[in-house]
Amino acid sequence: MYRKIASILAGATMALMAATAASAGTLEDVKAKGFVQCGANGGNLIGFGATDEKGEWSGIDVDFCRAIAAAIFNDPTKVKFTPLNAKERFTALQSGEVDVLSRNTTWTMSRDSSLGLQFVGVTYYDGQGFMVRKSLGVSSALELSGAKVCTQTGTTTELNLADFFRSHNMPYEVVAYEKNEEVLQAYEAGRCDAYTTDASGLYAERLKLTAPDDHMILPEIISKEPLGPAVRQGDDKWFTLVKWTLFALLNAEELGLTKANIDEKKTSDNPEIKRFLGIEGDFGTPIGLSSDWAYNVIKQVGNYGEIFDANIGPSTQLGIARGLNNLWSKGGIQYAPPIR
Amino acid sequence: MLVLGWLVWDIIENTARNLQKANIAAGYGFLERTAGFGIIQRLVPYTEASSYGRALFIGLLNTLLVAGLGIILATILGFIVGIARLSSNWLISRTAAAYVEILRNIPLLLQLFFWYFVVLRSLPGMREKWTLFDGVHMNIGGLHVPRLVPGEGIWLVIAAVPVAIAAMLVVTRWAHAHQARTGIRPPVGLINTALFIGLPLAAFLATGRPLHIDLPVFNETGPLLRRGFQAGSGMTIIPEFVGLLLALTLYTATFIAEVVRAGIQGVNRGQTEAARSLGLRSGQTLRLVVLPQAMRIIIPPLTNQYLNLTKNSSLAVAIAYPDLVSVGGTVLNQTGQAVEIVSIWMLFYLGLSFLTSAVMGYFNKRVALVER
Amino acid sequence: MSVTTDTFVRDDLLPAKAPPRNTVGVVGWLRQNLFSTPLNGVMTIIILAFIVWTVTPFIRFTLIDAVWTGPDRSVCATATGACWAYVKAYLPQFIYGRYPIGERWRVDLVFVLLLIGLIPMLIPRVPYKALNAIFLIGVFPVVAYILLTGGHHQFVGSLIPSSLMAPSPLRFAVQYAVFSAVILGLLALYARLAGRPISRTTTPAAMILGYIAVILVLVSLDFGLVPVETANWGGLLVTLVVAITGMVAAFPLGILLALGRRSNMPVVSLASTIFIEVWRGVPLITVLFMASVMLPLFLPEGVTFDKLLRALIGVTLFQAAYMAETIRGGLQAIPRGQYEGAMALGLGYWQMMRKIILPQALRIVIPGIVGSFISLFKDTTLVIIIGLYDFLGQIQASANDAKWASPVTGLTGYIFAAMVFWAFCFAMSRYAAFTERRLDRGRR
Repeated sequence: MYRKIASILAGATMALMAATAASAGTLEDVKAKGFVQCGANGGNLIGFGATDEKGEWSGIDVDFCRAIAAAIFNDPTKVKFTPLNAKERFTALQSGEVDVLSRNTTWTMSRDSSLGLQFVGVTYYDGQGFMVRKSLGVSSALELSGAKVCTQTGTTTELNLADFFRSHNMPYEVVAYEKNEEVLQAYEAGRCDAYTTDASGLYAERLKLTAPDDHMILPEIISKEPLGPAVRQGDDKWFTLVKWTLFALLNAEELGLTKANIDEKKTSDNPEIKRFLGIEGDFGTPIGLSSDWAYNVIKQVGNYGEIFDANIGPSTQLGIARGLNNLWSKGGIQYAPPIR
Repeated sequence: MLVLGWLVWDIIENTARNLQKANIAAGYGFLERTAGFGIIQRLVPYTEASSYGRALFIGLLNTLLVAGLGIILATILGFIVGIARLSSNWLISRTAAAYVEILRNIPLLLQLFFWYFVVLRSLPGMREKWTLFDGVHMNIGGLHVPRLVPGEGIWLVIAAVPVAIAAMLVVTRWAHAHQARTGIRPPVGLINTALFIGLPLAAFLATGRPLHIDLPVFNETGPLLRRGFQAGSGMTIIPEFVGLLLALTLYTATFIAEVVRAGIQGVNRGQTEAARSLGLRSGQTLRLVVLPQAMRIIIPPLTNQYLNLTKNSSLAVAIAYPDLVSVGGTVLNQTGQAVEIVSIWMLFYLGLSFLTSAVMGYFNKRVALVER
Repeated sequence: MSVTTDTFVRDDLLPAKAPPRNTVGVVGWLRQNLFSTPLNGVMTIIILAFIVWTVTPFIRFTLIDAVWTGPDRSVCATATGACWAYVKAYLPQFIYGRYPIGERWRVDLVFVLLLIGLIPMLIPRVPYKALNAIFLIGVFPVVAYILLTGGHHQFVGSLIPSSLMAPSPLRFAVQYAVFSAVILGLLALYARLAGRPISRTTTPAAMILGYIAVILVLVSLDFGLVPVETANWGGLLVTLVVAITGMVAAFPLGILLALGRRSNMPVVSLASTIFIEVWRGVPLITVLFMASVMLPLFLPEGVTFDKLLRALIGVTLFQAAYMAETIRGGLQAIPRGQYEGAMALGLGYWQMMRKIILPQALRIVIPGIVGSFISLFKDTTLVIIIGLYDFLGQIQASANDAKWASPVTGLTGYIFAAMVFWAFCFAMSRYAAFTERRLDRGRR
């Protein structure tokens, strides 16, 4: 009897404790708890979301979360990361475990419409590619007929792969593993001819191979994978804030504002820059932030180009070219609406 | 009780609301939709255009295959090791004990990774092969063996098997009667073996050998991707299957060995001594006197081990063997039908548990009756 | 008459002859144990060859050809033996996962406290078992929880509408007080109606409520510890947390279920039986999948559970079912006379269970419980499938690290993991065998 009471009590207290999470808006919650809870890649994807030996996070997705923290708190360290795998990421966002999901997630219609989440934009235009051994002598994905392909289960990758081979009428064999680590080990051991995932992921995974230079990434991109952060549906204020944090990063690059020069630019006469820095007009208050929110973001984290270069750009070990991810004015398709 | 009822009701209500919010329609309608993903091992035809239901069925068959084979192999190995542990030969009993103590105390998942990746790393690459003997080759793509293609009239051969079994039963009965009457035991084993092999063989020859052998084709030349074993020729046993089977067998056999040892030790020593004094040799003693009695002790825990093996086969998901849980996980991911998929898993495993207990219960009753 | 004494009577014993050369010493031992029959001889040689064939490469790999030191993967890139340098570099991660380096002393402290509590508990001769148990079950978990998470939880309460009282710890306290009062009141009412002494029913409940209140106060106090989220836990820490919490939480639940299954009330017995059989019938993986993808659906909006907590719930329920069957075995082994004697003395059901049956039954099942703890300990590795990084998961993740990836890194990691798991499990199984022998002696 007493044990029964105890267990009921325990259940009730748990409910009481847990119920503290519920409240009005995400922004208010974030401000109240003092940090942004960010869902990041738990699979150590170098350049996007990864931790080093000391447990320090780095990557483009991670820096985006830091930018949100900078916009809200003027402090990029006020963010906590929850490592998530492909299966649990949406549940984590839906259930409120994380405030924003910034974990190389592809923006698709079904995800936007039926999973209870909303994508704010695109941080990286990606596409699914193939990595093969150079010794295989293949130079195009169209020569992969009859290949055995390793991939991770439970992602759109598996479906794209099937579509690609079926549409080109090529036989293939898929070996689908539960975790990235296993895919890589199997590919390394020679279980398959090709390894397929988002091209960005291929660049990152290649570094983990014993001899990265023996492997190459084929030029074909077989799918559109616009990767972007997502938030829960139904909280427009938070959605707008996160969306404009991304636009601020892009606009800053377009306006030539960088971490280093943003203080000098305060004296600039360019009305666009003035609006950006919050000197002219107040664009922060309507989204629940201070008027110099965009200044804080760039000052603390840097603009989009800087984040890109620091994490995955040509000077890093990943060495990914800007390509599609260049600004629209420089031949890419990254484009942000103006702040005005 | 009230609290329990309230809890259940609350859970149902929450789930319904959460599902509605996420726009996920409850129900099993999704099973009809096109799956769109490939599966590496299929016992019955399946393509990307097949339905989710079909995909799950493939997974189910794969589970049954690996569990069934695993049970057979683990039983054989387990009995050998269990008996070996009691051997008078010091080296044999120590080796058996070491095997049991080492493998029993290492997590199965770890053993699975170990065997799978060790096997993978030590095999020759996709464009090379080791030939075990004619027609049977091995490389990282798996074990390549000849495939038997049934032709017309094969059903006669298949039908001959139950006929042979029926005949064997008749012979056994007759032999028992004969022995009871005259004290002389006819060579039942010999006759039965001859029947079991002879009848289907006769049918096979009579119908004009309706079986073709499809050998695996290995290309040595051409572009690199075209080399190696050609898809559609011969039969390929994938390394994931081999790794899983190996790990399951080796791990479960340690437990079966312990069960067998306990069972044999549970038989009164007087039985052995009496049998030896009757002039039975040690093999005969074991086979005719000790094991039949030990079976009564062995069977209940053995049933448990069989169920454990079946449940443990779900670890397949870690090494890309497409069993029910693995395929179900993929479907779950694509459709978000968590409740439905988990219910299918549970139904399957619970059903299997129930079935195994029922069969073993029946068997146990049969064996228990031997005691008078 | 002459007496001739031509008979010889020997009045001292002949010195014992040495046994035949081939039955003593090394040769004798060999003959008796290895080559007693030709078949045995052949078997011995085959087994010897088998041992040489399997053990030699293993020793070569782990010892002779191994690489012991080095800064990064370059030293292991061409190695044909284990890369122990990698294990050395990553050992802290294997133990603590991503737990912040500056805070790792807290984990160490928890490990030490656990050992202090556990070792005397396991040695039968050490006295003060009751105090020891209170420390292990009542004090240690709270201390460990505060140390590991950092404590300082903010309870604000949610049942009283915000219009009446602003969310604050005070609101939570008021809520808890009201809640406790209601429970105690109901119990008193029940005791009154059933005609039992009120204080006997309410005092234990009040004690439990008080204990929970103390825990709540403790975990909400600020000890100045930096909070460390469970997402950053990993390695051996997670393995031990999952195994020990699963075990400790499953124990009372298992007792309840075992009693429930043997209960005379058909509803209770049926519910317990169904619960036990369902959990025992399905693989742990599906339970973990359920805990990770289905549990969030079961909860009301806004309520979230940490990933580790979800795994713990799954593991606990699963383990409770197995524990219940182990304990039921113990209950069944208690002779009927004990039950009848207890009832004849006028003890109620719970008194009988608490004072007569359970102490005896639990003693019998200690080996069984240790056994089920071993399997739970091995099963904790499955949490990597739902994305937690336990000891094995951490090793697997680090094997593909850009800094240490080499052809032998993965294998080295697996061998290391196997050795550690084996050491733990083997020690525990020896302990189980020891208690079993002790019990046998006691019963004789």
